[in-house]
This record gives sequence, structure tokens and C-alpha cells, in this order.
Amino acid sequence: MATAELVGPPETREHGRLTHNARWAIGFGTAAVLIFVTYHWVLPSLNANINTFVNSWLPLSVVDECMVWMICALGLNIVVGFAGLLDLGYVAFWAIGGYTAGWLISGQFYNLKIDIFGSPAAGTPGIHINFWLVLVAAAILTALMGILIGAPTLRLKSDYLALVTLGFGEIIPQFFKNGDHLGTLSGSGGFDFTHGERGITPVDPITIGPWKLGPFDLDWQFAVFAAIAAFVIFVCLRLRVGRLGRAWLAIREDELAASMMGVPLMRTKLAAYAVGAVAGGLGGVAFAEHVGGVLPDSFDFSISITLLAMVVLGGMGNVWGVMIGALVLSWINANGLKQVGSTFNSTFGTSWDFPSYNYLMFGLILVLMMLFRREGLLPESRTKLLLREPSRTDVESVGADLEGESA
Amino acid sequence: MAGTLVARARVTRRRKMSPSAFLQKYLGYLMLALVAYWMLTKFIKSPSQFFSAALDGLENGTLYALIALGYTLVYGIIELINFAHGDLFMLGTMMSALVLSKLGVDHSSLTGWLGLVFTLVVVMAACATLNVIIEFLAYRRLRRAPKLAPLITAVGVSFILQNIALHFHGSTPKQHPSALPAASFNIGSVQINQAFLVVIAVTAPLLLLMTFIVQRTRQGKAMRATAQDQDAARLMGVNVNRTISFTFALGGALAGAAGLMYEQTVGTTSYNLGQQLGLIAFTAAVLGGIGNLVGAVLGGLLIGLIQGLNDGLPLLGQLWSQSVVFTVLILLMVFKPEGILGKPTTEKV
Repeated sequence: MATAELVGPPETREHGRLTHNARWAIGFGTAAVLIFVTYHWVLPSLNANINTFVNSWLPLSVVDECMVWMICALGLNIVVGFAGLLDLGYVAFWAIGGYTAGWLISGQFYNLKIDIFGSPAAGTPGIHINFWLVLVAAAILTALMGILIGAPTLRLKSDYLALVTLGFGEIIPQFFKNGDHLGTLSGSGGFDFTHGERGITPVDPITIGPWKLGPFDLDWQFAVFAAIAAFVIFVCLRLRVGRLGRAWLAIREDELAASMMGVPLMRTKLAAYAVGAVAGGLGGVAFAEHVGGVLPDSFDFSISITLLAMVVLGGMGNVWGVMIGALVLSWINANGLKQVGSTFNSTFGTSWDFPSYNYLMFGLILVLMMLFRREGLLPESRTKLLLREPSRTDVESVGADLEGESA
Repeated sequence: MAGTLVARARVTRRRKMSPSAFLQKYLGYLMLALVAYWMLTKFIKSPSQFFSAALDGLENGTLYALIALGYTLVYGIIELINFAHGDLFMLGTMMSALVLSKLGVDHSSLTGWLGLVFTLVVVMAACATLNVIIEFLAYRRLRRAPKLAPLITAVGVSFILQNIALHFHGSTPKQHPSALPAASFNIGSVQINQAFLVVIAVTAPLLLLMTFIVQRTRQGKAMRATAQDQDAARLMGVNVNRTISFTFALGGALAGAAGLMYEQTVGTTSYNLGQQLGLIAFTAAVLGGIGNLVGAVLGGLLIGLIQGLNDGLPLLGQLWSQSVVFTVLILLMVFKPEGILGKPTTEKV
């Protein structure tokens, strides 16, 4: 079974039953449709109590935000989970995606007047390109940036690579933050490329065909984001079982052995970077649409780390695990902890300020998961084996004293 | 055998250098030359401005060196990028502020000096203890896990420490009085603060002591043995767990000292201080060649110098300070990944 999966493209049916992936894909589709139907038709027709309950526990805007996180986490999963390249600066791609949206569908470049199937308010200057074309543009730009960043750095080994990516993750957001006076040093004049700390707001709404989404069409926004997510999931799954995906796994597990077997290291790693970056770019565009603009302060190191935590928590390398990790963590971040806290407070009559312990909980989850369930919530079977067992030479050299407990 | 083969392969490669390797090598030198040229022009234009910017930078650089040593010690022994180290330093600044305010030390005087020494000891001890506890609770069980696991744990610990600081200190930065002398004197036209001399007087002996411990003592020998091969060290009778704890204690103590010095010279404390300074200090550690003590000090001073010159002269100005530091790091990684003093490693199979 396992070898069958490794040598060729998978069948959708095995012995008359749907395969693991097919079942999950159907599950995701059904869930997305159900969520849309619930929020679009069912919920408005129900009574006010249920409405407030749902809106306090899982408002639609939080669902949308979770989708954005999920898209990016899936992208990071390609780099870290599939190819085993630790990337601590993934936020760079998110930011580039966001700013692509900022440049191409707003009034940022006010002396231009370009409108390609866009949705500008009548007579506004700037570049206004159709949302779907912007997605394509962001994908191309981030893929190029991924290759550009990767090319000189991918020769480095694990920790050094992590550090260099971290460097890019700091430099690129700082460029966006300070890029409003390019070409001068004085802090005034110059070319306003990114509009500095004020960010670029507003961006035009999403269009579906001739129809513009308003600011309260969160359910349609969800549908669009779910479609992007579905696309990313599809790409991940297909790549994973293809030639490229198997090369990634080989590199992850033993780089030297993989190169001896004829895997072109550089090209394969660059591909991982580029594909991962594309997902980040798509997520960035979606995020810009969700927030209604881009702000440089929202792209910092903690985002890279949160995404990494989602990947690790969900189960590195397993698309479905990462999805669940991303949904759970982003929900906790956005609204879950607050709601659990207020429920706890009203039940037990306490008055603890739960959201202020957000990072504490987050840190504890990370530490405890690493200590007790290292392979994540829903691990890939290969990763599970790899992470649970120390390598053979280690076992041999220390005998029974595996954790050094006798000392 | 393998060693000679590798050596021979390298010799032949040196004879026939590929165009890209040639380009890479000389591109690196070209960049260095450009930076040197820029510094030289600035120096000729206004030497006093150059020196005061450099001194500012060096003052920060000594602090970076102290923090970087903690990173390099821990990385050297268990190959872990200890992300929580910067936050330990941040807690150090807060503890210093707390102890000093409890002692009522807020200006330079004789009791002020005694208070500073007392605070230095207390904070160093507290940070060392905290670091050992963190190692015991979080990292020890993960020693044989794949590298990503302890790394993520370190990130988690960093979040926890930040949150503790957030509760204890509040979300806004706070300003604290300094007990260091505010006076300054001039050499030529360059102004030198006495506080700067105090920082040097505290950090230099600490750095020397650290080198002494690692190079000359029995415990230091155990540390080096553990760094080289834990299993072999254990077979030779080294208590690996205690050695690693000791390393964490040393790193923590240095972070504590850096915390007090930062609190005294810069004067502000904030809960997210650790992340930024931690990143810079880690960069310094890598710049010097990670795992190398002298390298960490050199890297710290260099980063401080680069930052000082960039901010003071302005090359790109303070807004881009972080970018300049990380660009230096990336260029270094591309051209000389093992760091300034590090030795190139060959891959083990």
C-alpha cells in the first residue's frame, strides 16, 4: 500500500472505497458549502438567540480570517513540511502578496489611471485591476521573489537557512514600512512606493463577474476564500504524490542520499520555495481584501512563528493536519480564547482577563505539544515514525539510557 | 582516507574555478571594498562625527556581545537556537529596574554603586536560575528529538516569558532613572560618556571570565567535550545533564548582566524588547561563527559598530537599521556561511 502510493499517482478508489485524500477533499467541500448555506440562508431565518450565539462564538469575519491563515499555513507546509526547509520569514511572502493587492487595486499610484476589468468607484485614479487577475499577478510575483530569495541562500544548511529566511522576513516588511520616500534619505519627498506606516487603504472590493462584493458580504467573501483554499489544497495534494513531491520528501529525509539518487537539489528546493511562496501571495491578497487594505505593522515576526506553529501543531507534511492546526490556532487567536474566557467568567463568577493571556496559552500549547505529542494533531504516518523514534545509531551508542535519566 | 579525498577534490576545484564561483568570490570582496570606501570618505570628511557614531555603536555592541555569548554557548553545546534567550534578557532589564527601585537607587552616588553591584549579582543569579529551570522543564526531554521540536519549544517559551512580562510590566515602554554618572569628557573633539566606560568595565571582565571558564577549567573541558559528542562525553564520565545546565546558567547570567547594563544606559524597558535585541544578538553570534566565543564578541561589536555608523552617519538612517544588520547577515551567509571565525564544516554521512 505504502509503496503503491510512492511509485505512482494514487487511485481515487481502492477496493471500492474512497481513498483517504478523496474523503477529506469531499469533507472540505461539504463543510465549505454547509458553512456558506448556514450563514447565507439558514442563520438569518432563525431566531435572535441562536444568531447571537453563533455570532459571538464563530462570526463570519473570523471564519474568513481563518481561511486566510489556512491558505498561508498550507503554503508554509510545502516548504517546511514537504521539503523540510525551515523558513522563519514566511511573512515576507504574505506581505508581498498583500502589497501586490495594495498596488494593483487601489488609488496608490494616483497619477496613473489604469482599469482592467476593475471595480473602482467612478473616476478614481490609480491602478484598478480585476481581483482574479491580481491573484494571478501576486502568484507570479511571489513565485519570482521566492526564487530570488531562495537562489543564493538555499545552499545553506538547516539553522543557517532558517536564520537567513528570518532576515528576509525582517527586511521585506521594513522595506514596506519605510518605502514611502524611496530615492531620498531625508525622510521627505522621493517616490512613494508603499505609503509608509499608513499602509495602502482602501483596496477595491472583490468582484465576481459583474457583481461587486460589499463590505458586509462576508459570506460571499468566504466562498471566494474557500475557493482559493481549495485550489491550494488541490495543488498541494497533487504535487505531493507527483515526481516533485516525492523529490521533496526525499530531500526532507536525507538530502545527501537524495542527491546521490539523482534528485537535483537546487531546482527541487527552489520549486518548493516558489510554490510555497505562491500560496503565501494568494493568502496575502485575500488578507488585504479581508481587512480592506494593507498595513505594514501587521506583518511581523510573530506571524511567521504563528504559521510555523500551525504547521507543526497540525502535523507537519500532512495537508489535512495543517488545515486543522491552522483553523484551530487562528480561531483561538481571533476569537476563541475571548469567548471561552467570558463563558468561564460568567459560569464561575470570576473576572480573569483571558485575551491578555493569549500568548501565554499559545506558548504553553507549543511547549506541551512538543513535549507530549511532537508529531502534531493529525500526523502523516511517515513523519510520525520519524519523530517518535530516535535514529538507530543513537540507540546503539547510549544503550538503555535514552533520555539520560540515570545521570 | 575520506579526508584526503576531500582535500584533493578541493585542490582540483581551486585550480579550475567556475565562472559563478569566481564571480561570487570577487563580488564579496567588491562589496567589502565599497563599504570600506564609504567609511573612509566619512572618516575623512568628519573624523569626530565618525568616532562618536562608532563609540555609540560599540556601546551597544558590547551589550550585543553579552547576549550573543548566551546564544553561542547554548548553540555550541546542544545546537539549539534558543529563541527564549532574548526574552530572558528582557526579563533581566525588568528585574534590574525592580531591584533598583526597591533599593531606591536613582542617581549616581557611593550607595548607588553598591546598589548597582548588588543588583548585578541578584539579576545575574536570577536569570541564570530561570534559564536552568527553562532548560530542565522544556528542552531536556527534547534532546534527542529532531531539531525542529526544541526550536518550536524555544519559541513557545519565548511567548510565555513575553506574556509574563506583559502582565508584570504593562504593554507600554517605561523609562527608568540611571545610577550611572551622567558626566562625560572629551578626547580631542570626541565626547566619551563615563557610562560607556562603566559598561566596558563590567562587560570586559565578564567576557574574559567566560573565556577562562570554557578554556581553562575542568567544567569548561566538560562543556567542550559535550559539545563535540554527547555520547562520547558521557562514556568518558562527564555528567552531560549537569554540564548542559551549567551552560544555560552561564548564558542566563550573561543575559542578566546585559539586562542591567541596558536598563542603565538606554533606560527603557518594554515587554517586546527581547525579540528585537535577541534577533540582533543571534545575528551577531552567527556573524562571528556560531559556537565560537571570541567570534560572538567580535560579531556583537561589529554589529554594534555597523548599526552605530548607519544610524549616526546616516548611511540609510535609523529607520533601516534592522535591514542593514540583516543584509550584512545575509551577505555573510551567502559568501562565508561559517562566520568570521568559524571553521567550515564538511558534511558527515
